Amino acid sequence: MEIFGIPAQALYGQLALGLVNGAFYALLSLGLAIIFGLLNLINFAHGAQYMLGAYVAWMLLSYLGIGFWGALILAPLVVAMLGMALERGLLRHLRDVDQIYGLLLTFGVALILEGLVAQTYGWSGMPYPNPLPGSVDLGFMRMPMYRLAAIAISLVVCLAVWIAIERTKLGAYLRAASEDADMVQAFGVNIPRLIMLTYGFGVGLAGLAGVVAAPVYQVSPAMGSNLIIVVFAVVVIGGMGSIAGSVIAGFGLGLIEGLTKVFYPAASTTVIFFIMILILIFRPSGLFGSTR
Amino acid sequence: MTADTAMLSVRNLHAWYGESHVLHGVTLHVNRGEVVTLLGRNGAGKSTTMRAIMGLMKKRSGSITYEGREAITLPSHQIARMGIAYCPEHRGIFSRLDVQENLELPPVIGAYPLTLDRVQAMFPRLLERRHSPGTKLSGGEQQMLAIARILRTGARFLLLDEPTEGLAPIIVKHLGEIIGSLQSMGFTILLVEQNFRFASALADRHYVVEHGRVVDEIASGELAAGSARMRVYLGV
Repeated sequence: MEIFGIPAQALYGQLALGLVNGAFYALLSLGLAIIFGLLNLINFAHGAQYMLGAYVAWMLLSYLGIGFWGALILAPLVVAMLGMALERGLLRHLRDVDQIYGLLLTFGVALILEGLVAQTYGWSGMPYPNPLPGSVDLGFMRMPMYRLAAIAISLVVCLAVWIAIERTKLGAYLRAASEDADMVQAFGVNIPRLIMLTYGFGVGLAGLAGVVAAPVYQVSPAMGSNLIIVVFAVVVIGGMGSIAGSVIAGFGLGLIEGLTKVFYPAASTTVIFFIMILILIFRPSGLFGSTR
Repeated sequence: MTADTAMLSVRNLHAWYGESHVLHGVTLHVNRGEVVTLLGRNGAGKSTTMRAIMGLMKKRSGSITYEGREAITLPSHQIARMGIAYCPEHRGIFSRLDVQENLELPPVIGAYPLTLDRVQAMFPRLLERRHSPGTKLSGGEQQMLAIARILRTGARFLLLDEPTEGLAPIIVKHLGEIIGSLQSMGFTILLVEQNFRFASALADRHYVVEHGRVVDEIASGELAAGSARMRVYLGV
């Protein structure tokens, strides 16, 4: 069977790959959006924190024998705690200065983290065993079981985060503080603590994405910096600080990337940046962003 | 009652916006159960005084005691938790929260909060429009929401910054009734007002603020004599 002159199997295969990439874009841009919303910080360490999640999962397995499912809970917590220490120790002092300082600081932290990991484990990647070998027959195509699980984990986590932000009291604090943190603090809410927890949560999501990525890609020091530039483009397209926008743009752009690979492979690595340029020209606040 | 036994007492309060020195030693006190207004021209430092009391000015010095406890070094969430609630000049209604979420946002900080039912009975429009985004309400409704949400926190001391600003006369009148009833319910209120007539009908005392200082104090009883002075201060 062919669709637009393309074998259907190839089309479905690339779309599935696109969805897997999209699952990571969505998780990462969601964390960036939450952090940007409250801290007004462009967290350049996000890619390194994603890489750290994968390494923590690898270390848990290699040194403690804790497998993927345990790491899926533990590694994000470790990354979140490191993030909170970073917020407490360094980022907090940059609250009242231009956001470029926070961007530069987190960029520096990213380089240091990458360097430290490369120094210890080398630049070449290390494999992480697939916890769910085998494939599933979806009727129209066969799909590796684990890749399906990665998409499902990302979808469930994104949905849960969205519900937590839009439907709970803590989420209401977060939304309100993203608009006017001083006002919420004047009501008696401990905003410095909310900021620390929010940063921890955002980078914890990056750590989670890293764990989920470990069996798909190699665990390597540069895995984050390779991905994060694309993720920033996704965030710009979705709209800085927009929760739903980051998730929808993440999956959507993953799919578009996959489609491009089928129809015009040469453009597949740049298509997202073309879209970003168009968005910046015609809708600078992003597809789902509010002007602020 | 002297300043030492006042519920809120502010002494020699200075505050800065960045490098610019905006409060130059504000001294005032508010006794339990009083309604006190800060009057003065635009830019005199009335709103800044409130922001400084609430801990929203990054740099400040002097002394602010509430129920005998020093608050000048506390962050604003701890000041709020002493029992002070703040309703800012621009109302601070959140657009990403609906009316109900706005109403329920401030955490309960006092021992005897008004129940949600009671607050909604005082402001029935808020119940009717509970699912609208907060900023879709009319100006008057937003002001009611801003006051309603601090009543259900249990705070006993209210800082109201220009509640009448930009509202129609009928709503200003209604707001006056509400503030009057709050006083009879035992709330203590510090009010910033430009509307001298509105303030004079409600308040026990008035402070006149000029150039970041309190320059005069007028009791309600002296108002007839005071109003000539007021005209000079307010330039009306």
